[in-house]
Amino acid sequence: MSIAPHDPSPIDAHTGTATTGHEWDGIRELNTPLPRWWLYMLYASIVWAFGYMIVYPAVPLVSSYTKGLFGWSARRAVAEELAALTAQRAPMVNALAAASLTEIEKDPKLLSFARAQGKAAFGDNCAPCHGAGGGGAKAFPNLNDDDWLWAGTLEDISATLTHGIRSADPQARVGNMPAFGADGLLKPAEVSAVADYARSLSGLAVDAKADLKTGAKVFEENCAACHGPEGKGIQEIGAPNLTDQIWLYGSDKATVVEGINKGRGGVMPNWGGRLDAGTIKALAVYVHTLGGSGG
Amino acid sequence: MSVKQQQAKEVALEAAGAEGPLYSSRTKIYPQSVHGKFRRIKWAILILTLGIYYILPFIRWDRGPNAPAQAVLVDLEHHRFYFFFIEIWPQEVYYLTGLLILAAMALFLMNAVAGRVWCGYLCPQTVWTDLFYAVERLIEGDRRERMQKAQKGWTLETFAQALIKHWAWLMIAWWTGGAWVLYFADAPTLVYNLATFQGPAMAYIWIAILTFMTYFFAGFMREQVCTYMCPWPRIQAALTDEYALNVTYRYDRGEPRGSVKKNAALLASGSPAGDCVDCNQCVVVCPTGVDIREGLQIDCIQCGLCIDACDNVMTKVGKPTGLIAYDTDINVKLREAGKPPLAARILRPRTILYAAIIGVVGGIMAFTLATRMDSGISVMHDRNPLFTRLSDGSIRNAYTIRIANKQTDPRRFEVRVDDYEPTQVEAIGAEKGPNGWPVLTVGPDQTLESRVFVTRPRPAAGKGNDDHDRHDLTFSLGDLVTGETVKAKDHFMMP
Ligand code: SF4
Ligand code: SF4
Repeated sequence: MSIAPHDPSPIDAHTGTATTGHEWDGIRELNTPLPRWWLYMLYASIVWAFGYMIVYPAVPLVSSYTKGLFGWSARRAVAEELAALTAQRAPMVNALAAASLTEIEKDPKLLSFARAQGKAAFGDNCAPCHGAGGGGAKAFPNLNDDDWLWAGTLEDISATLTHGIRSADPQARVGNMPAFGADGLLKPAEVSAVADYARSLSGLAVDAKADLKTGAKVFEENCAACHGPEGKGIQEIGAPNLTDQIWLYGSDKATVVEGINKGRGGVMPNWGGRLDAGTIKALAVYVHTLGGSGG
Repeated sequence: MSVKQQQAKEVALEAAGAEGPLYSSRTKIYPQSVHGKFRRIKWAILILTLGIYYILPFIRWDRGPNAPAQAVLVDLEHHRFYFFFIEIWPQEVYYLTGLLILAAMALFLMNAVAGRVWCGYLCPQTVWTDLFYAVERLIEGDRRERMQKAQKGWTLETFAQALIKHWAWLMIAWWTGGAWVLYFADAPTLVYNLATFQGPAMAYIWIAILTFMTYFFAGFMREQVCTYMCPWPRIQAALTDEYALNVTYRYDRGEPRGSVKKNAALLASGSPAGDCVDCNQCVVVCPTGVDIREGLQIDCIQCGLCIDACDNVMTKVGKPTGLIAYDTDINVKLREAGKPPLAARILRPRTILYAAIIGVVGGIMAFTLATRMDSGISVMHDRNPLFTRLSDGSIRNAYTIRIANKQTDPRRFEVRVDDYEPTQVEAIGAEKGPNGWPVLTVGPDQTLESRVFVTRPRPAAGKGNDDHDRHDLTFSLGDLVTGETVKAKDHFMMP
């Protein structure tokens, strides 16, 4: 490749167009000059770039960087946007705080706002135990079903959220499943029998040799006070319904025996002091509309 | 002096040892006025397109009480686009894709038939530049006068004229920007608010931006936009073929050129002489400063004004018109070789292809627009939990649905599951409908999100029977009054 820097005849014979005078292996570069303002725009952009570097954070230093004239920062920009968003939402947030729970569910606009707020708050606070969609896990109730340990009306849910279950709140919901086996209240055979009986209440198949008669007697003497004579449970004290298809810890016999032996007592935190009233309302509405109330 | 001549001059300077002309300074162009067929067509199109642009926002279109009454409106706040009887929602933005395809294909088709029709007659850059030239001519006179004034420099008269010219340009530019913002809000209200200084700041800012751009591009940049900035000339040059009509100097007939006297003498002595009298009229009328006799070139926007200029000259010297004309490359070559030219071939594979694409895309758009529903439903199955076991053992699935009501009245919809007999269907915020299905009310021109619960009986024990796993099901959304029904497929999860 040879570059002939100055060709004495810079007009291309074939096209009549000027060449740049450069030649590569016999090929000459035609010259199509750019307008001069194009060049000035390049200079202007360079000037602009320097201005930009002065106005905005730009040059990395050893342990910091140049901050720019106005001290702009991405972090502050986000904070400002969040503040603007909060301000924009304020009317709805206030309306939510002012309305009663039933009013919220009746007003489509408030309802959808509360559900959206509630969903976000649920993800932040409740999902670690109850699952992202409130689907629950062993020992953590599924909030989508229609089985409520402590009743599932809007007010009940709101009260549970505010005061918690077996929490430090003086108004917390409290109920106690004793450790019948561990505390020696029942003998192992009695525990086994009453476990079989309890399982049979919800229609689960039990061993043919199971002593349901003893089980029924033990149940009547020890369990009926809280779970009711028919085993339907009492929501005021959080005693579960034993006749339905939902078992918080599992329905196999070993799990039921374990529960009777050691007792049960899950804890739900009291959110009263930690979340504001509006958020608790939104959460109550959200949980209520997960479907547990039957729609 | 044409741009090429100017370049040649600079190159010659360089050869003489001057600094290299990698950048050229602008040659200011003073196009001369011209009369003729293409000038008339250009006037007509100018009036038509500018008229549409300025008047369209004020045309009213009744859509009922809950929708704007402006025929063409881009409602950014509510995410709607209105075009007469058509209303487009954001999720229907694919119509925009369709429009863009149509626009590109129309451009290609125009090009395959008659070259840069878009550039020469329709492009806003051309139309506004043409208008600005007309104003300039009106105030400062025609080519010769303007050139003389430019040479003379500032006098009281030229200064006053320049002042008036720029003021007139700015007024036109201001109206251009003003009309633009009217497409984004109720035009009469906005005009009133703008005039009483109550308009939104955004509107003033956009008017300012567009005023400046119009003034700058049509008053100063002019043909440089086409020559240096616009991509279309490059694409066009790659797309054209020898069968496309283009503004062409018929050199087979014109060359060798020479003055009337000189060519008459040539003919008398028996040598060949062309019809071009070398009067330079085609060059002086050209708004881009091109010499069309150098052949097709990127700077030529094919406005046809040199045809008018040349035809006028040919008539004057008593020769047939059409020395410069819309002609095809192949015909010029055929005539040069002494063969008869071909008839214009509009129907060629590429024109047929472009037309077919326009037909198909346009047809699909028209069909979907005509048959699209005024309501819509989209369904999303809950991911967590996939299903819920209820206390009686039955299984319930939950779905988030979104219903769209595209009419301007509130409507009541019944949510049905027709194919996978549920024991119960419920929806949040719903009332019980006449047929037992939940009924949701959606406001005018709105969407509504709700949660729907579908319950199925307790599955029979044991694996492997039909009750397990995943089942298809279809949601139907029926308008209680009109019966219009839209469907969405989803599934039901069993343990
Ligand atoms: S070259 Fe570009 S800007 Fe110029 S008239 Fe054609 S399309 Fe318009
Ligand atoms: S050469 Fe002719 S057609 Fe091309 S831009 Fe100039 S006047 Fe218009």
